Amino acid sequence: MIRSTGTLARIGRVTGLVVLVIAAMVALGPLLWTVTTSLRTPAEAFGNPPQWIPLHPDFSNYSAVFDRIPIGRFFLNSVIVTGLIVVGQTITCTLSGYAFAMVSFPGRSVIFGIFLATMMVPLQTIIIPVFVIIRYLGLSDSPLSLVVSALGSAFGTFLMRQYFLQMPKELGEAARIDGAGHFHTFLLIYAKMAAPAIATLAILNFSGFWAEFYRPLIFLQSQENFTLPLGLVGLQGNLGTGSISVVLAGVVLAILPSVVLFIIAQRYFIAGITAGASR
Amino acid sequence: MAVVTAEVRNTVVKRHRHPAAHGEAPFGFAMIALSVLFVAVFTAIPIVASLGLSFFSWDVISTPEFVGLENYQRLLHDGPVLKSFGVTLGMAVAIVVLQLVLGLGLAVLVNQRRLIWVRTAFRTAFYLPLLASTAAVSIFMGYLFDYKFGVVNYYLGLLGIPNVPWLTSGFAAATTIVLIAVWQQVGFTFVLFVASLMSVPTDVLEAAQIDGAGPLRTLFRIKVPLISPTILFAAVVALINAMQLFDQPYIMTKGGPGSATTTVTISMYQKGFQNLQFGYGSAIAIVLLAAILVITGLQFLAARKLVFYR
Repeated sequence: MIRSTGTLARIGRVTGLVVLVIAAMVALGPLLWTVTTSLRTPAEAFGNPPQWIPLHPDFSNYSAVFDRIPIGRFFLNSVIVTGLIVVGQTITCTLSGYAFAMVSFPGRSVIFGIFLATMMVPLQTIIIPVFVIIRYLGLSDSPLSLVVSALGSAFGTFLMRQYFLQMPKELGEAARIDGAGHFHTFLLIYAKMAAPAIATLAILNFSGFWAEFYRPLIFLQSQENFTLPLGLVGLQGNLGTGSISVVLAGVVLAILPSVVLFIIAQRYFIAGITAGASR
Repeated sequence: MAVVTAEVRNTVVKRHRHPAAHGEAPFGFAMIALSVLFVAVFTAIPIVASLGLSFFSWDVISTPEFVGLENYQRLLHDGPVLKSFGVTLGMAVAIVVLQLVLGLGLAVLVNQRRLIWVRTAFRTAFYLPLLASTAAVSIFMGYLFDYKFGVVNYYLGLLGIPNVPWLTSGFAAATTIVLIAVWQQVGFTFVLFVASLMSVPTDVLEAAQIDGAGPLRTLFRIKVPLISPTILFAAVVALINAMQLFDQPYIMTKGGPGSATTTVTISMYQKGFQNLQFGYGSAIAIVLLAAILVITGLQFLAARKLVFYR
């Protein structure tokens, strides 16, 4: 009796492992194919069966992608846009998150309530007025339009506020007694303690805005202003199905920074996902 | 010394009673100024403006003309746009259900693994697709699911299965896009559920085991109810995202073949930004927003009966 449940449990565990391995192959297969096909010569790239292990890697596609389209330019645009948003939003959200959590001022709960309400509204449903405002500001077709319209974030403010709320107020009071001003108390005591939350917000924003396609598609018209995702889709269109290995080399280059960052800071990615759930 | 302490205590008490009187208010306003400015200009005002614009006819160049409810009346009789709402709803529900079921199943299986490095390896594997942009995914998936040269059809051919028109026939294209979206985003629900399952107290699980509950019974009677708040959160977030599905169909099928994968956001893009009908596009946006709010509300209503709060 006991032995039979033991055997059953073992069968269950082995079946579970088999299912997991198959699922992992499905999850990783398309990514692996993308990498290995980007290392095949353009002529071979279409040939089936695919080459799962690059025995004779051909790196020419990676230089070809720089020759055929301004991918260096796209890369630079993406770095500038994503970098400015990450830095800008970190500043605005840390400041306001702290104020909503730790500073008393009239209208605080009303303003924060409005912030919360806007969190419910998806970007796509307000994109037309945002586009109009961008146009009035004279920022149409400028990568800066992507930055300026993403500098404030109700979600980021909420995230930072939740983190500051857990901190003891006494620390700031003690510092104030020692003669520190409001801003110094914030900067030297609380902002330093909020480093994990700041890292989570920064990484969440990096991965979100680095991959963004929708706003660039709507805000940008000239190719020289394109960010990577938009430029790559254009590349696919320009080359047709002529040499997919070149296109895939571009795709690999676009994904690489996110993967590197994930390897370095995996826990902040996970924290970012679970941050909203634990309230 | 004693006087100083008393004074300090006094100040602290005062601070709590009359916060603004202590001179914090200007500091508070200064701290929120930037966020308020940017959230107001690029989120709050656009929400109101989107609603306002939906009562106008405007091509961006000439003066907007007030047309009352005309845009909404037009929407009610606009077959293709109405169809796009149906397409979106169908695809969104399929994506969310698959994301929840697969995410939960994989999370349960991964949590059963005893070795930490094995768990980390699987977690990384299921998370990796999330790191790619939807644009990148749409590009390589488009090649993989190509009718003639695609790797998927090649392997199916080896099994004697004739080529499947993954992206070139109506229903198949919608299904393929659903599968690709799930492939990429299942890591989101998976990570949430893994974290949540870890918080299920082991003594409860041990008690169930002693009482003779099998793994399936433990899953549905104990684990699922205990993590149901997380399931609700995942369902709400996943559905709000899925209702805005745009990148994959726009890049892989341009909403086609025909209008089989034309989602609401694609028809909004076509009307608003391609035909420059900003008023009509806004009306579509407002109806989409209303639909999202109603569905989210329904989810919370259903949750009252189904979700178990500890």
